[in-house]
Amino acid sequence: MISPAVILLFAWMIVPLSLTVYFSFLRYNLLKPGDKPFVGWENYYWFLTDPSFTAAMINTLVLVGGVLVITVIGGILFALLLDRPMFGQGIIRIMVIAPFFVMPTVAALVWKNMFMNPVNGIFGRIATGLGFPPVDFFGQMPLAAITIIVAWQWLPFATLVLLTALQSLDQDQLEASEMDGANWLNRFRYIMLPHLARAITVVILIQTIFLLSVFAEILVTTNGGPGTASTTLTYLVYVSSLLQYDVGMGSAGGVIAVILANIVAIFLMRMIGKNLDA
Amino acid sequence: MARAVSNRTKVINTAIAGTLGFVMFFPILWIIILSFKTEEDAIRAPLEVLFSAGWTTENFVTVQERSDYFKHFSNSVIIALGSTLLGLVIAIPAAWSMAFVPSKHTKNVLMWMLSTKMMPPVGVLVPIYLIFRDTGMLDSRIGLTIILMLINLPIIIWMLYTYFREIPGEILEAARMDGASLKKEILYVLAPMAVPGIASTILLNIILAWNEAFWTLNLTAAKAAPLTAFIASYSSPEGLFFAKLSAASIMAIAPILIMGWFSQKQLVRGLTFGAVK
Repeated sequence: MISPAVILLFAWMIVPLSLTVYFSFLRYNLLKPGDKPFVGWENYYWFLTDPSFTAAMINTLVLVGGVLVITVIGGILFALLLDRPMFGQGIIRIMVIAPFFVMPTVAALVWKNMFMNPVNGIFGRIATGLGFPPVDFFGQMPLAAITIIVAWQWLPFATLVLLTALQSLDQDQLEASEMDGANWLNRFRYIMLPHLARAITVVILIQTIFLLSVFAEILVTTNGGPGTASTTLTYLVYVSSLLQYDVGMGSAGGVIAVILANIVAIFLMRMIGKNLDA
Repeated sequence: MARAVSNRTKVINTAIAGTLGFVMFFPILWIIILSFKTEEDAIRAPLEVLFSAGWTTENFVTVQERSDYFKHFSNSVIIALGSTLLGLVIAIPAAWSMAFVPSKHTKNVLMWMLSTKMMPPVGVLVPIYLIFRDTGMLDSRIGLTIILMLINLPIIIWMLYTYFREIPGEILEAARMDGASLKKEILYVLAPMAVPGIASTILLNIILAWNEAFWTLNLTAAKAAPLTAFIASYSSPEGLFFAKLSAASIMAIAPILIMGWFSQKQLVRGLTFGAVK
């Protein structure tokens, strides 16, 4: 009974992926019809030595790293806070989690226009009101702006996962340590943090997989620009293949993206696999 | 022993968490407000916007009239529901047999299925695009439904598997001893126990499919574009119409916001593949 699922997923994984690998060794441009000669590693050579590849790799690392730092630290703080007794906990939790359900294109456009627009955006208004020159987010610091938007979308996920983990913490243990005179900082450092370690790792790994593929937020805000200032690896592959019609080059980039994602995936799979045995 | 907490502590906690929650929610709140304002009011300074007198539902009407909003909305509904149901039909038997008749390969199969989810979409963008172009599936709802079903299938199978595995096997034996036929066993014993898990899986999958914004943007144009792609068309220069952008955005995210509220717990389970419970 599992065969339909296995066959479908196998086909989905193997057919396009082998085509990508195959295309990556061809000189194949949709604008230049005719034969598609085998060119060996040429596409890889040009893709990897292109200055925009270096820029894209750095941008990818900055974006993924930046979002991870914000969401993990923010997520721990939010989770600790939401775990404490308060009034209206349900409503507050919903408000914190809501951004996760906003589709990427809406999130990006709302931040771009209503908040980060230097003239009409709220941030610009506040800056002008206080007598500072407004910041042109997408002109001057496009990658930071996109990082903020993506972090806003993923902070709820980190919060929710860490809160779930925190709530499974044995309360007796906390109380015992409290009676033994451990202050809050020590309880956090020696009991909560070790308990959360696993959930934090899971958050980092899963978010990395998704963040490596951030696309819509870049498309609707900066188109990767100015120049290549906000082009990530995913976006670079999109530009080479669907905007420059260079199938060979785009495929080489695609293969490189798969390899990078797999390095992260191996660690994630190990963690999930261990849990399956338990 | 429950710890006694003074009301004062609770009030302080509420104030801090409430403020942060408000900050997180503010962008959504803001577009709700803007969507009921005129364009002239919507680009005023924030406080002026808030206290400007005019409230209008005009924007919602204009968005529909000018851009055939409902067509994109129904594309989203069809694609999200279609991919979810198609996925369930394939996933339920698979998850069912792995949960109740596990073999020594079950774990490997599950892990392998999960690994397909790790593949970045750009890795297969080019061939999928060319296949779609050559088979006439570009900008078609069927093509998109199939792709979204495939990318979410591992999550559906995993979620169902973790739910099914919680159904105790002994209960089946008990039913069989009492003389239940296989049909009765499934209909009266298993189905009722499986329904909550299946419902949560449906909910999460609709959310994921609704918000998917890589394939929907790359494989659709005017005809089959769901809301993700429709909203992207506001990126410039229409984006400067704040009130209309807000109205279109609110209509696009409202159904999912509501569903999301019901699926908080399932979200963790579904997206962490059972690694965090």
